[in-house]
Amino acid sequence: MRGGDEYGNQDNRLVKNGVQENIIFYLSGFTRGGGAVISPYESSKSGAPTRQASPLLIRIRKKSGFQLLNLRELLHYRDLLAFLVIRDIKVKYKQTVLGGLWAIIQPFFMMVVFTLFFGKLAQIPSDGIPYPIFNYTAMVAWTYFATAINTSGNSIVGSGSLISKVYFPRIIIPLTPMLAGLLDFGIAFLVLIAMMLYFGIYPNITVLALPLLVLLMMLTAAGVGLVLAALNAKYRDIRYTIPFLVQFWMFATPIVYPASMVPERFRLIYALNPMTGIIEGFRSVLLGTIAFPWTMLAMSTVIAIIVFVFGIIYFKQVERYFADII
Amino acid sequence: MTEPIITVENLSKQYRIGARELKGRTFREAVVDTLAAPVKNLRRLRQLTRFDDRVSNSGEDGATAAGTSTGDTIWALKDVSFMVQPGEVVGIIGRNGAGKSTLLKILSRITEPTSGEVKLYGRVSSLLEVGTGFHPELTGRENIYLNGTILGMRKAEIDRKFDEIVAFSEIEKFLDTPVKRYSSGMYVRLAFAVAAHLEPEILLVDEVLAVGDAAFQKKCLGKMGSVAKEGRTVMFVSHNMAAIKDLCSRSLLLANGKFTLSGPTENVIDHYFNSFKLMDNKKVFAIGHIHDPDKKVSLLSVELLNHKMKQANSFDMDQCFFILINFGIHKKLSNFHLFVNIFKNDGTLVFGTATWDSHGLDPNKIWEPGTYDCTFSVPPHLLNSGNYYLEINGQVPGTGFIFYEKEVVAFNISELGGSGGAKSRNRPGIVRPLLDTVIQKKN
Repeated sequence: MRGGDEYGNQDNRLVKNGVQENIIFYLSGFTRGGGAVISPYESSKSGAPTRQASPLLIRIRKKSGFQLLNLRELLHYRDLLAFLVIRDIKVKYKQTVLGGLWAIIQPFFMMVVFTLFFGKLAQIPSDGIPYPIFNYTAMVAWTYFATAINTSGNSIVGSGSLISKVYFPRIIIPLTPMLAGLLDFGIAFLVLIAMMLYFGIYPNITVLALPLLVLLMMLTAAGVGLVLAALNAKYRDIRYTIPFLVQFWMFATPIVYPASMVPERFRLIYALNPMTGIIEGFRSVLLGTIAFPWTMLAMSTVIAIIVFVFGIIYFKQVERYFADII
Repeated sequence: MTEPIITVENLSKQYRIGARELKGRTFREAVVDTLAAPVKNLRRLRQLTRFDDRVSNSGEDGATAAGTSTGDTIWALKDVSFMVQPGEVVGIIGRNGAGKSTLLKILSRITEPTSGEVKLYGRVSSLLEVGTGFHPELTGRENIYLNGTILGMRKAEIDRKFDEIVAFSEIEKFLDTPVKRYSSGMYVRLAFAVAAHLEPEILLVDEVLAVGDAAFQKKCLGKMGSVAKEGRTVMFVSHNMAAIKDLCSRSLLLANGKFTLSGPTENVIDHYFNSFKLMDNKKVFAIGHIHDPDKKVSLLSVELLNHKMKQANSFDMDQCFFILINFGIHKKLSNFHLFVNIFKNDGTLVFGTATWDSHGLDPNKIWEPGTYDCTFSVPPHLLNSGNYYLEINGQVPGTGFIFYEKEVVAFNISELGGSGGAKSRNRPGIVRPLLDTVIQKKN
């Protein structure tokens, strides 16, 4: 992203001084007296006639306090979101040997390591199913979540050249990784299906709730990503905090161990982590480890929505000075 | 009179210029500074986006002049008001740092004003840079869509104009090649082609036409001209007075963040050039003028001397002249350097120079307290006739500016004695070096 713009800038600078003088000669033939006053509504081609009735007024002034999400504007820019997602997907594994395999390697080898240390050596229980698939199911979701909040958290700072040169709804930038990450998630999920066949574990009817779990996972990642991205714009410490956060958070989530290991009296606090319910939910619907965790997921949903709404409000409040401090 | 399409009322924008980093001189101080840094940094970062009265008036004099710094804030724009009628093509003129780009950034909603209000009727597109968001790994085709949507177009709109954009950019053959393999010319052509097919009611353009080869520029300007003829409103920032004169019927002049003049372009340009003549050949700075928290260095005066070492601001192009900078060092300082940038009066940077050219970048060089004179000598046959001005800054390389003074003194280069005779007359270009030429009869 950033490389691209620097590339462009550099080129512009290179040619700029060399040809500036030429402009003088070419200008004169074209636009002498170009300031003729014609109403834009009489002669513009597209869309203008409708605006004549109700011209679109844009008011620019210092904003303060709560900013509402301008949904109409977001809708107008939905194609931008689509192309940013396509860009991220296309660029991600350019000039790599293994390409899309990286989406599998990361969760898979982490699972191998965890199986060795936690499954074999520490003999951590895995709700009665083989430890590798118990852990890999969680790792698929966790890898998506970790990558999404990491990319999203660094996205605003990384798009500095874009933000300081053109206007568009800034919120699109930290939301892009939530969608772009789904491809890797899908690839890693294929391996999970293969493992399920290998271990002979088949899901029951609750697997129909899987899309909802994925949505909840995206919502949680989006909320956290928005907060981190906005904070990172001003406090670059966030960039160094995210790897820590991801590691601590992983151990606070039932990834290498089952939630059933957590003492009963701490369960409620434990479930305040929205990823707890989501990971347990994934295992429940895919592997049938435990009954569908209604309570935990209800808590996850409430917390995820709170985080998401807070993320949007905070982001909208600080986005107005992004261009000045990046 | 019709309703104005752009109304700007008392627009102001304050920026915070980062406070300098302080460096510990001894190991112990450095350790203590590092440990204490988080508290200081947090305070500084929190202030970064706060402009309440208490902070902005913390400077020595409560009055904040536009374009000048108070404490560590600066008014890039101060109380600017104007109106633009639909279909007008308005030029914005001013020296570097006059606030032109800030004004466009506010109008295009990239940054928010500190106070004041703008009302725009219609869709706005801004072109502050060509190729914003281009990704080097993506192909030309992919970048057309990416860049187009970044600039606010819908996919359907790009689909419709796609062939036209490709034809305009003349890169049909390379449409499916990653743009990192493009030549810089192709890159710029593609980028401008996308931008040229925007159809806003209001178009804001910052010095982006000065890229690409001559033939392509001709095409771009033709496109700009037709945009204006279609009745769209254009605001155009440029240092190129000829371009402004040809494109814009009316111009605005900004100086130090303030709105100075509006009127027919010819008048505004005349006024702009005249403002350079009013500058002195010597500038003396008041003690404490520089907000150096450490009080390590103070800039005392800058003057221009001709080849006979007499104060002047008009020089013969066949003679050398001198820039004499008088400054004081109050505390032991290492590796301090002075920089001089010389600008043509249209704002083009002609060259920059620094004391390290002759004195090297030695980090161990110690400046003892005292008053110093530093003379830059500008060789003859370097600058072509015309008006110039210069800016000066002092810095310890790698740690930021200690002072930065824009538009310090101005001078004029002309043929005085006519010593050059016919060979000097009316050369094109900014510099006019005398080159050795060798002519040999081959057969």
